[in-house]
Amino acid sequence: MTALVDRKHLMNSVEMAHFVSHGSFTLEAVVPDSMNQRAIEVLDEGIPGYPYGTPLDEAFPQGTFVRELLDLPPVAGALQSLVGPGPVIDHHAVHIRPPRGGEAQNMHGDAILDTRTDAFDVQLMYYPRDVTLEQGGTLSVPGTHLRKINQTGIGRYQNLAGQTRLVCPAGTVVFLHHGIWHGGRRNDSDEPRYMFKIRFNPTVRQLRLWNTDDIDDPAVLKELTARFGWTSANEGRLELVNRAKLWRTLTGDQLFDIDNYLTREQLRPQFVAPGATDVRLASNRSGAGWNL
Amino acid sequence: MTSTVEEAFSVRPIDPHLRQQLLILYLGTSALDSNVIGWTRYDGTGRSRPTMGDSDEPPYATGLDALIDGWRLIQMSQLMPHQPGHEYDVSYLPYEFVFERLVEVDA
Repeated sequence: MTALVDRKHLMNSVEMAHFVSHGSFTLEAVVPDSMNQRAIEVLDEGIPGYPYGTPLDEAFPQGTFVRELLDLPPVAGALQSLVGPGPVIDHHAVHIRPPRGGEAQNMHGDAILDTRTDAFDVQLMYYPRDVTLEQGGTLSVPGTHLRKINQTGIGRYQNLAGQTRLVCPAGTVVFLHHGIWHGGRRNDSDEPRYMFKIRFNPTVRQLRLWNTDDIDDPAVLKELTARFGWTSANEGRLELVNRAKLWRTLTGDQLFDIDNYLTREQLRPQFVAPGATDVRLASNRSGAGWNL
Repeated sequence: MTSTVEEAFSVRPIDPHLRQQLLILYLGTSALDSNVIGWTRYDGTGRSRPTMGDSDEPPYATGLDALIDGWRLIQMSQLMPHQPGHEYDVSYLPYEFVFERLVEVDA
């Protein structure tokens, strides 16, 4: 993990734009079956915790299962594309929801209201077994990650148009922006549901960390302007503005815009046109004093 | 003659057979006839327990459709001015409409 990942394994610009608009990036069935089989025992045993900010090498040295997972080229490539080389562990957790177990969580954002607009954490979610609809995989709402809310302040939002319930084959790894609205659902199946998550903090500026060879691909803008059911009306354009701001941050291109919103608000010409300089136009009697 | 607060508030209500069901709709704009983009239900009868992620399709297409179906609107969001310097910031969903209906608990 400490070595730079081969460029061919990094995310491309279209995939990064997808992450910016959706707040997630999925690698379906990327972990081989042999590892998925071993994962159950590892997760059942539990994985010890570490202080915030522990380097990867220290928390998960070579030879550990988690390091093997993080060294899979597509996983390592996505992680480096999102948070850069040498990220540190914020925290991690094993979630095992027993058969017929648990209650649906209220919708929430993890941790606490996060004020950052020029950086983000990612949460890696690893599912070593198939996740079916009945198992109550995580519900998340694409595109909500840029909205500033505090924890379960959104707890009374039960359903939003465009929400997705995770259904995936064994060995799937999902990367989520820290701000995405989500909640765990009840497991209505006879099988336990396994998930291992790690939250990563970046240690470098999140600037052009992915393979930008396709930066001019029209599909980039198409991804950045993706619409979801809940953005179909008045909230949609504000979302585009915030995605454009994040894309400026990630690319360093301060002129990037979507539908001219950020450009237009800068249009405040200061040059006074010839013929508009008669200062007498600014004076009038009422300005001189009461009843004059 | 006065009674304690506990006594006063334990008096049998005039409608003990009724319970409130709540429907909260989040609409696309402040107009009641705009599209439903989010929905939530609470059942005061205790007969059902709506939860997060219990449906992908909204119960009504618009807020007005709920009104037409007999739901009574009891609150709608105020329109809040945008804070200077934060006009583009996004947060909680701004157009919340709370509806109720009263149903017989023994029905």
